[in-house]
Amino acid sequence: MTTKEKGWKQISMAGVCWKPSTQYLTGDWKTYKPVRDLEKCTRCVLCVLFCPDGAINWKPEKNDIQFDFDFCKGCGICANECPLDAIEMKLEEET
Amino acid sequence: MAIARQKMMALNGDEAVAFAAKQSDVDVVAAYPITPQTIIVERFSEYVANGEVDTEFVCVESEHSALTSCLTAAATGARAFTATASAGLALMHEILYVTSGCRAPVVMAVVNRALSAPINIHCDHSDTMVERDCGWIQIYVENSQEAYDSVIQAFKIAENPRLMLPVMVGLDGFTLSHTLENVQTLPDNLVKQFVGTRQFPPVTNHEGKTVPFKLDSKTPLTIGPLDLYDYYFEHKRQQEEAMRIAPKIIQQVHEEYAEKSGRHYGDGLIEPYCLEDAETAIVCLGSTSGTIKTIIDKLRSKGTKAGLLRLRAFRPLPVKEITEALENVKAVAVMDRSLSFGGHGGAVFHEIRHILYDTSTHPYIVNYVYGLGGRDTHPNLIHKIYRDLQRILETQRVEKPVQFIGLRE
Repeated sequence: MTTKEKGWKQISMAGVCWKPSTQYLTGDWKTYKPVRDLEKCTRCVLCVLFCPDGAINWKPEKNDIQFDFDFCKGCGICANECPLDAIEMKLEEET
Repeated sequence: MAIARQKMMALNGDEAVAFAAKQSDVDVVAAYPITPQTIIVERFSEYVANGEVDTEFVCVESEHSALTSCLTAAATGARAFTATASAGLALMHEILYVTSGCRAPVVMAVVNRALSAPINIHCDHSDTMVERDCGWIQIYVENSQEAYDSVIQAFKIAENPRLMLPVMVGLDGFTLSHTLENVQTLPDNLVKQFVGTRQFPPVTNHEGKTVPFKLDSKTPLTIGPLDLYDYYFEHKRQQEEAMRIAPKIIQQVHEEYAEKSGRHYGDGLIEPYCLEDAETAIVCLGSTSGTIKTIIDKLRSKGTKAGLLRLRAFRPLPVKEITEALENVKAVAVMDRSLSFGGHGGAVFHEIRHILYDTSTHPYIVNYVYGLGGRDTHPNLIHKIYRDLQRILETQRVEKPVQFIGLRE
């Protein structure tokens, strides 16, 4: 992977970030993916509050939540916290 | 330029350091007291309490926090200073690397003291020698006057936009730190003007904009968050590059300061003494060099061609200068005030022997480990070293490359 990267003379010193962290799509780290049962979900938004990556968003115009799979690492905290067991973690290739 | 009118003050090494930091217009001091550095922190907190400085003095709970405070202050563009010794420096170990990695130009006085156990508060160089790889510039001084001069120079070296490297100034515990000396001091405004204000090299931030290298909400920047196998190596290479430029900057700052103060310490990197025609020479750093110079004067009056090479900068190691200084000496004794257990001699010996391997003259070279835990280095011991070197020249043979001196068998 290093062949296309810049050399030491081209980069800023001291590990200065030269692109915003939103350009690092950490969603491809995941093995398990949250799958929501729309019948069970009451839109209580607890999963939105608990998601450590801010990868579940509340969309007021739709009165619903939305997973952002570009950043969801598949940690499963949302599934664990859901009081109605509306979220299930499934192997990504099976979804 | 004319040499400035100076004021002579009676200061011990620690007081000289504190006074130099005061005159250098430091924004933040965060420090934790430890013998024999305590006086530096005491004096500086008095300056703060008396309103003589507008420095933010941060009382911290440990040396780890002291250096972290200085590092973060320096990252925002402040001029930061701290001081420590021995176990305090050891506790800073992790943050020493973070400071140099973040290119934060912190200046720190280290009052050299032995490491435990058994507990010993007296001088040797074990504390700083173990930190020689941490990416800090290391300057070792011979007396309190040089401690004062070097701390002022250290700010200008560290903050050079091409370097942005932290600097530690090492002074021998008690021998210098607690011994009163006449110290010539420059006027406040001259020092302030000499050190100047901090300059910030331009860097590219996450928005692709060119911004000054400091944490400022008007020009957002993130310093040193994460590098994995993709960029860590490149950033370490940049630090090494700064170290390679550093000898020239140290010399320039030393020269500029000498023009104002009238005081030279060799070329700022090494200080040769009677070395031009020397057949035998000692390589040393720190206050012991003063004793050696006295012995050399005596030996020279009897016709012995003895010399001294005092290392002022140990990191970066002035390889070219050391090679040229020692090339024509026939026998060299390296004095180490620290021990690398299980290694072949001490840290300074490793470097000097390593450098001399590439010379065509290949001088004889021996190592003396001395003065651990503040053991007195009596003039007789220095005489013995020069006698040993003479015997090596006569017999053309090194019997013991590494020896202890001043130790009871």
